This record gives sequence, C-alpha cells and structure tokens, in this order.
Amino acid sequence: MIMKNLSRRQYIKTTCAAGGCLLAAPLMQKFLTSNARAQSSGLEDKTEARYYQKLDNRKIKCQLCPRECVIDDLERGYCGVRENEGGVYYTLVYGKACSAHVDPVEKKPMFHFFPGSLAFSYATAGCNVMCKFCQNWEISQSRPEQIESLDLPPQKIVTLARHNHCVSIAYTYNEPVVFTEYLYDTAVAGRKPGVKSIMISNGYIQKQPMSDLCQVLDAVKIDLKAFSERFYTELVAGHLRPVLDTLVLLRKKNMWTEIVYLVIPGQNDDRRELKEMCKWIVTELGPDVPVHFSRFHPQYRLTNLPATPLETLKTARQIGLDNGLHYVYTGNIPGDPGENTYCPGCGAVLVRRIGFRILENKISDSKCPTCNYKIAGIWK
Amino acid sequence: MEKRRQFIKKTMLVGGALLLGRRSATAYAVPGLTIPSNTAGQKQSRVVIAHRNDLRTSQNLPDEAAVQKLLDTALENLFQQNSQNIWRYLFKPEDIVGLKVNCLAGKGLSTRPELVNAVVERLIAAGVNKSNIIIWDRHDNDLLRAGYTLYQGRQKVQCFGNNRVGFSQDIAEYGQIGSLLTRIVTEMCTALINLPILKDHGIVGLSAGMKNNFGVINNPNKYHDNIGDPFVADVNMLPPIRNKTRLIICDAITAQYEGGPPFMPQWCWNMDSLVVATDIVALDQVCWDIVETKRKAEKLFSLKQAGREPRYIATAADQTHRLGTNDLEKIECVRV
Ligand code: SF4
Repeated sequence: MIMKNLSRRQYIKTTCAAGGCLLAAPLMQKFLTSNARAQSSGLEDKTEARYYQKLDNRKIKCQLCPRECVIDDLERGYCGVRENEGGVYYTLVYGKACSAHVDPVEKKPMFHFFPGSLAFSYATAGCNVMCKFCQNWEISQSRPEQIESLDLPPQKIVTLARHNHCVSIAYTYNEPVVFTEYLYDTAVAGRKPGVKSIMISNGYIQKQPMSDLCQVLDAVKIDLKAFSERFYTELVAGHLRPVLDTLVLLRKKNMWTEIVYLVIPGQNDDRRELKEMCKWIVTELGPDVPVHFSRFHPQYRLTNLPATPLETLKTARQIGLDNGLHYVYTGNIPGDPGENTYCPGCGAVLVRRIGFRILENKISDSKCPTCNYKIAGIWK
Repeated sequence: MEKRRQFIKKTMLVGGALLLGRRSATAYAVPGLTIPSNTAGQKQSRVVIAHRNDLRTSQNLPDEAAVQKLLDTALENLFQQNSQNIWRYLFKPEDIVGLKVNCLAGKGLSTRPELVNAVVERLIAAGVNKSNIIIWDRHDNDLLRAGYTLYQGRQKVQCFGNNRVGFSQDIAEYGQIGSLLTRIVTEMCTALINLPILKDHGIVGLSAGMKNNFGVINNPNKYHDNIGDPFVADVNMLPPIRNKTRLIICDAITAQYEGGPPFMPQWCWNMDSLVVATDIVALDQVCWDIVETKRKAEKLFSLKQAGREPRYIATAADQTHRLGTNDLEKIECVRV
C-alpha cells in the first residue's frame, strides 16, 4: 500500500519483486490525486446499516464497534463511513471498493490457511481507530467521498475472485468492521461457489456483529497492536480489552485465527509485555494460534521512530516459543528463518518461505511427514 | 514565524496603523490589528454582539439591507473605525478571500446567504475582485441545502465545497490532530473570514467559531471524543487556519440552544444578532455564555450538567495554545 515515504510506483515494484507480480489485470488500487478526489462523491449511495439503535430527536447509537457512537442527524460516526440521515443510519461504503488486488494469502499474513493460494483482497474507505503508524492511512483515514471507488457489489466481487483463481476473498487494507454489511453479503455470496472468506481486522467490534460474521467467515487475522492499554489509548485511539474479548470469542466459535503483532521500537517491544501477551494467548486461546511478530517501518505519524531492529523481532519470536506458543513467525524480514513453519513435535522445517512465496510445503494430510504431528490450520 | 512577522510588517505598511494600541499577546488571527487601548482599557479582547429589532421582513426572513447595516454596526464597534476603513485595512485587493460558512444543518440553521452577501459587498467595495471571493464549506451538497448557488470560475463570486478541489497531500499535525487540509485553505486563499452559526452541539457543547474550522480538515469525525477537547483547540492551531483568519463573524440571526448540530426549530430563537471578534476564543466564550443564558431561561440543564461543557475553549486559551482569552473579565463584551 502507499506509504508516506514510498511512491505508489515504488511500492508496486517492491511488492511485485517480493511476491511475484500478482496484481490482477482488471483491477488496480485507486488512490487519488487531490484533483481526482474532488470529483467523486459516494454520498448518494446509501444502504441502511445493520447494527444501530434509534434514539430520541433523530439521534442514533451505533452498536457495531465498542465506540458506540451516538450520532446526531446529518452527522457521521468516528469511522466516517456511516451517516445518520433523519434518524436512519446508513453505511456509505456498501458495494464501494476503493482498493482491490489479488494477493498471495501469505501477504495478509495468513500462514496456516491454504498456503500458496490467492486471496481476492479489497477495501473501502474508513476505520474505527486511528493508528499513528497506519500504513494504509490514505484510505483508512478518509471519508468515502474523498477517495475514488469502484462499484463492486458482492456478487461482482465473487465473480472477480473466481475469475482470478482465488481460493478466498480477503477483507483487508482498511478496517473491515466498518463495512460489515458489505463484508457479510460478499461472504454469503461466496459460499455457494465455495470461495472462502478471511477477515483481516483490528478486532475492534462488538460481540453480536462478530458472532454473526463468524457464521460466514472461514478465517480471521487479528492485529493485536500491543498488550497495554497505554499503547491503545495513545497510539491507536482505542482500547485493548475489546480486542482481547474478540479473540476469546473467535476461539469459542472455533474460527481459524492468526495474530499479527507489529513490533514498534520503544512502544510495544518491552520483553515483559511480550511475555505476558504470549502467556495470555496460550492460556486463553491455546498454543496453536500462529503469532506473527512483524517489522515496523516509520510511516504516517510515526516517522520519528526507527524501523524495528531484526534482533528485537528474533527476541520476540523466542519469547513466544519459550512461553509455549507452537507457531511463532517473524514478519517483514524476507529470508529470515523465522518465516518458516517448524513442526512443534520434531522441529523439522515443514513450510519454507521467502516473503510471500512458498518455496516448499511438506505438510501432508495436515501432518508432519516425519513425526506425524498434527499441524494446526486449514491446509486444503 | 517568519511568515507571520512579514505579514505584520506588510499590513502595517498597506493599511497604516489605523488601529493603534497595545497588541495582545494572545490575540488571534489578525497580526498587528487590535482594539485601541483608549477604549479597551485593560481588557485583552473585544467581542461585539450587534442586534437589530428590525432585522426581519414580514415573512420572518432576514432583510438584506438591515443585515448589511447590522454588519457595519458590529464591525465599526469592534474596530472603532468606519466600515470602509476596516475592510480596506483587513483585505488587500490582491487577496483571495475564503468565507467559511457552516451549512451542515440546512436552510433553517446555516450561515445566512443574506449575511454572506453583505460581507461580499464590503469585500468588493474594498477592492477585492469578486472571483477572488470563495464561499465554501465541506461539500457542495451542504451549500446547496443551505440555499447557496454553486459556481466555480472567473465571472463572479465563487461558491463550492471541499469536494471540488480536494485536500493537500501533506499531513498537518498539531497535538492530537493529524489531518489533510482542504486546498481552499492551503493553496487557494490568502485570507479567511470565519462565518459560523451559533448553536448547541450534541457532542462538544458549542458550535461557533472554533468548531466551524472542522470544515477545513478531511477527518472531522475523528475528533469528537472527550467532548472535543483538546481536538477543537488543536485544529485551530494549524498554521494555515491561524495565520490566514482575519475576522470571525458569527451568525446569530437564528440561534439554537439545544438539539444541535441539526436544525431543531423547537429549540431555536430569533436572536437577530451578529457576534464579531478577531479573538476566536473570546468569541466562543461569549457565545457559550449566550447559549447558557438562554438554556437557563428555558429551564434546561447547563451544558456542564448535560455532560458537554465546551472545555476546548479553556484549552484554546491555555499556555500551550494561546489562541485567545476565555476570561470574561478580560473580554470587553460590547452590546449594540
Ligand atoms: S462502527 Fe463507526 S459509527 Fe459505529 S461505533 Fe464504530 S466508529 Fe462509531
């Protein structure tokens, strides 16, 4: 995605080099120049939102995410993509994809879910938090009328996914919680022809909508941004507890879940905090949840910090392993041995990766071919 | 700082020191221009509330000529100068002047076109080219709903929303704020007049001068937490807003004391007034006082009791922001 210090062309070049040029021919990411922005307005296209409560004086209370925005007539919620009009709450992004790619599923990152497959990935405008390190801020922090979007209703997404030989559809780049209705209907449309659905989320969602989504999703990746409330308050503009609650809910629903933890120097790399988090995951979610410790690169409003030292990531991975997690990865360091999947039983390398590419996959019938250990995940 | 100093120097040369006197350390927006010391005494800022009993026509609509007179009275009392001098002093013929209206609530509770027309008249009389006047708000739709006619071009006064020209590419940051700013403010205009409406706001308590500048940023929805504190103050610290704003003219012809920001006629009253200042904090403090007085008269809870005391006003006046004064003791509030 576009980063503060990386032009779009540079980015495409980088990702093409890393993952093979997998950009779908019919679709390109649509970030706008300021002039082009001016011409688009999705305001006329509205679909009634699903999780809200009507209040007096044409106010509403949104019940989709923990913010529970109370919104006056003609105003929008924090996410900027839901609007109250005359006491009826609308989503402004239903069927409006502002970015669409065909990505390797490893790019999500999702390492234990159909490895080597393609995921048709799309986004809309908006987000329900405001991470100071967001790599997709140009879409996540925009309102729908500020960025160009394509009319891509759910059925069209499914058609494009199949046309591009995608095993799954990934709801990603911005926060899919804010386009829940669009996500849900797309996932339902994909079920019949057997296209899977993966939600790439911050987990900042209420219990009911998440439970409803669990009925149509096949896997979820949660960005656990830190294990401290301070970090969530200061750098995310949210809270930790609801994210942990979502993870526990996903566990209860038996949803395949992977966790990404972006390690930011001096902000969430404290060894004690990492240890506590890993212990919590093992206790509450079990040791088989893959955890990806990813490298931070300075961007958006955190350009004053350095990139994460490789040693820090290796240390974080070791803390995870030492505390009982079975599958711990380093991320954003192409070629690092921490990208591989190792058998928790015998330690054999099962899946060798470089960046988003699979070099070798020895898992057979969900098991290690050497010791027969059952490897957690959805492999086919 | 460099630019601001240059500007002070320039305006003093162009306008001559019409308004002599002590320059307030915290005066907002009009470098080199303050109330005269002989009339202000020890007060730091002046806010004028100008009212007319004959402001409306028999159809209960603002009368254009009466609004023009009200505007002149308000400004003449603010600057202690005749109207012609004031406009010539504040705006140079080469200025491109943005008039930021507040049209979210539609026709019933938006900056009145009659007031905007009066401002346009005076700008043109001061030598500003009519096509160099831009009436703007967040979106074309907001302006249309409030009764404005859209126009973008070189033949007449322009009127359009941010949506036509988009936002600058650089992230503007101050305190908690990280936003893109409308190109109308960053690239097109050399001077701004803030023309808010006086109304209650369901989240931040008060929508007047400072809150109106949420229309400058691309992500206003992100800054309503904690009843807008310190976000509203932080937005007003962004240099393009701070350095270009020359005047705040708050439309209190129809004001609303409860149920805002949407138009709720049951809570509106015909105040038939304008509130004007160059100190945006002082103006907001006075506007807050007006709303509280009205709420009390209507036997409503105070904004504090209602859980939405506009604390951002005090934040804007604190030592970090120094956008103006919120101390009513230091504000000379003139009623005419
Ligand atoms: S989804 Fe959007 S509107 Fe709803 S509570 Fe969350 S931020 Fe607010």
